[in-house]
Amino acid sequence: MSETTTRKDDADGRDGTPLLSVRDLQVRFRQDGTVTDAVRGVSFDIEKGRTLALVGESGSGKSVTALSVLKLLPYPAASHPGGSILYKGDDMLAADDRALRRVRGNDITMIFQEPMSSLNPLHTVERQIGEILKLHRGMSDRQARERTLELLDQVRIVEPESRLKSYPHQLSGGQRQRVMIAMALANEPDLLIADEPTTSLDVTVQAQILQLLKDLQAKQGMAMLFITHDLGIVRRMADHVCVMTKGEIVEDGPTERLFTAPEHPYTRHLLSAEPKGEPPKADPTAPVVMTAENLKVWFPIKRGVMRSVVGHVKAVDGIDVEVRQGQTLGVVGESGSGKTTLGLALLRMISSDGRIVFMGKDIQGLKWKETRPLRRDMQIVFQDPFGSLSPRMLVADIVAEGLRIHAGDLTSAQVEERVIKALEEVGLDPESRHRYPHEFSGGQRQRISVARAMILEPKFVMLDEPTSALDMSVQAQVVDLLRDLQKAHGLAYLFISHDLRVVRALSNDVIVMRHGHVVESGSAQEIFDNPKTDYTKALMAAAFNMEAIEGAVVEQ
Amino acid sequence: MSATADRDVTPDSSARPGKGPFRLSPLNQRRLRNFKKNRRGFWSMWIFLVLFVLSLGANFIANDRPIVASYKGELLFPIFVDYPEEKFGGFLAVTDYHDPFIQKEIRDNGWMVWPPIRYSYNTTNKAIPEPAPARPFWMMSKEKRCSAYPDKTEDANCTLGNWNWLGTDNNGRDVVARLIYGFRISVLFGLILTLLSSVIGVAAGAVQGYFGGWTDLLFQRFIEIWSSVPQLYLLLIIASVLVPNFWILLGILLLFSWVALVSVVRAEFLRGRNFEYIAAARALGVSNGTIMFRHLLPNAMVATLTFMPFILNSSITVLTSLDFLGFGLPPGSASLGELLAQGKDNPDAAWLGLSGFFTISIMLSLLIFIGEAVRDAFDPRKIYA
Repeated sequence: MSETTTRKDDADGRDGTPLLSVRDLQVRFRQDGTVTDAVRGVSFDIEKGRTLALVGESGSGKSVTALSVLKLLPYPAASHPGGSILYKGDDMLAADDRALRRVRGNDITMIFQEPMSSLNPLHTVERQIGEILKLHRGMSDRQARERTLELLDQVRIVEPESRLKSYPHQLSGGQRQRVMIAMALANEPDLLIADEPTTSLDVTVQAQILQLLKDLQAKQGMAMLFITHDLGIVRRMADHVCVMTKGEIVEDGPTERLFTAPEHPYTRHLLSAEPKGEPPKADPTAPVVMTAENLKVWFPIKRGVMRSVVGHVKAVDGIDVEVRQGQTLGVVGESGSGKTTLGLALLRMISSDGRIVFMGKDIQGLKWKETRPLRRDMQIVFQDPFGSLSPRMLVADIVAEGLRIHAGDLTSAQVEERVIKALEEVGLDPESRHRYPHEFSGGQRQRISVARAMILEPKFVMLDEPTSALDMSVQAQVVDLLRDLQKAHGLAYLFISHDLRVVRALSNDVIVMRHGHVVESGSAQEIFDNPKTDYTKALMAAAFNMEAIEGAVVEQ
Repeated sequence: MSATADRDVTPDSSARPGKGPFRLSPLNQRRLRNFKKNRRGFWSMWIFLVLFVLSLGANFIANDRPIVASYKGELLFPIFVDYPEEKFGGFLAVTDYHDPFIQKEIRDNGWMVWPPIRYSYNTTNKAIPEPAPARPFWMMSKEKRCSAYPDKTEDANCTLGNWNWLGTDNNGRDVVARLIYGFRISVLFGLILTLLSSVIGVAAGAVQGYFGGWTDLLFQRFIEIWSSVPQLYLLLIIASVLVPNFWILLGILLLFSWVALVSVVRAEFLRGRNFEYIAAARALGVSNGTIMFRHLLPNAMVATLTFMPFILNSSITVLTSLDFLGFGLPPGSASLGELLAQGKDNPDAAWLGLSGFFTISIMLSLLIFIGEAVRDAFDPRKIYA
């Protein structure tokens, strides 16, 4: 454990006592008699007006540390065997509930990762923000309303007046997060704790939110404790960085120093963990596996008593797709752009219009039952490694399920042999097939999903954001795995992602989607090096440099 | 805090449960622990199980015939076989082992072993010392107790085995025997009804939830109409056409009780069908039936199991109340509801109402406590430190 140095050498005239001082913090969880030490002796200081980032992969204890500051952990299952958290000299760990409530939402506020679940779905924006103002400041309805408008304006919500009466589900992800920030800023806190505030947002929105936080910090002079796994964000936001793993801070220092001269091997590992490599060479003569022409997926909007169709949501609106054997088509776009819908339509998982040809056979007109033999050759790997595996089945049964349907004549010994082979191929210990999915980490689960898809030796695999729920270093491993499998079996991939770095590492061709339309398409190199449309340019700037491009191209 | 660094590809093997076909998944181990932690529910389960197993052997505990007898060198099992009385020199088609003549005949030519209580649920005690309903025997003096026997206190039949521990009902039948048999028939009826209505309810809910759309809409409307049919009137009408017995009653109640689980299971399936692993299974080409059975049903089972003890309770209550009203099991059957009705008709014979009340309330309470513990065990948020 390393002792964090406060930046006393700073010449910006602050007094010596930090705003928040965490000393040797320990967090212990106890469940069913098993004791887990989630945080073991973490120390850091935050001074007024500065930003400290806690960086680490999932399970490193960074969120638990942040939640301890306001004592928001599930006590008594959680406990603090040692350490202290001094906020302006008061020990928060020893404070009683009344004292804590005074601080929470007033002096120290938090923004969480998932803005949808952090906002009460039954409260309007006005009521949501007004509640804190009334609670801590005792404002009247009118005063609260005025202040709310002012705050919404501060967080740059367009037309704040019209948004006051909106419910969370009527807002976009970015707007919700802005409302969260407005709530956090309502009482002009001294310290803002941001727990992965942009992880669930699109890249362009992420860039905007980060910019907003930075501006607000400069204006209000508050300190920020920034929790993230994304080193790119750290570099942009933080003055000081603490790298956490397994409940300990292994390295800390000023941001610049940490990025240019990392000392601890784990920091170096994190820094080098970006998805790298290049896709196999494009071969325009390779046989075409999947084509679609003028593909449309329209969902009808029904209104009125008679449920008459008044219009359509055009999730996919006239898109052409061509995927060749051994190559990857990357589909890029923000959430809601229709990229997953496109993939599902190609695999006939949802109904669509337009010609779909798979391995020389028109599959658009086939009934669901008639597509079953084709499922052997086309497979999907889903985004969420926790949701895509049945929690009540053994790994062996999960992986073997496809075989039981498409190769029913295999003996159970042969099935077992194939399962072992598939697990070995994705880099898992075959012995682990006798376990349940929850015993595995996210990356391992994603490997199981890949094994389930690969055991049937498909020709075409749709990869629906297979890496976006994973830690950075695990992303790189999964990308390598996918590339190796492609090379070994000549697979055609449809790679759907909003993460341009991963797409660049895998795709030969790319299409950029927005609102169901193709904005730009072409070879990956062309699009990444020389984007033509404004939208693609904004996307690239946000993804690679975390820059927000203001203007009409990008939405809130 | 489960996910650790991903570089080591084999998960650590310390948390691995034992092998073998009966090993419980860690989730189920946790549930079992939670169940045991609820002491009240845990002990209720054991008490209930002991009572239930004992009542299953009711014929060996309370019966109007010996368990085994030896007569003229032949080993007889009157408990299983109806021996005609002429075997012992009598004339009835079925032997009455309470008859002093038969008893003497057997005792002179061998021996017999009686169950601890020498009455079955339908045995009329002809030797009660006072008009039925007779008081519990421990409330009487020995002289009084034996006054109905020919040899008074010297009579061989004036033994503990012939006591009416809780008195008799107004037909002169032993209350304890009727309680034991009544408990058995109530629980069995409840269990069978619960099991059958769960199977039907789960299947119906599964189909509605999984297919959704029109199937769901039509089925839901049907259930709404169906469950608004007045059950009691229907029972009255059917009872006037058919003589209700155990199975007919079961069938009629089943017609309506399956609805209880449908909404729960339907909701689970509606939620579950959008899970990504269901999409994954569909993408593999798994058939609808297999998806429902293998992937979705386990999710719905938690809700089903949590509800089951309460359904069991309500099934028992329904049977008891029908018996109480006189529309239940045929006359003469061991029935707790009928005992309650007798208690109502004979307010001076307190032992009838009280023993019926305590049996039913203890049985229902035990089941509710078990149900509570089961619910706790399946509650993922319940944390015992």
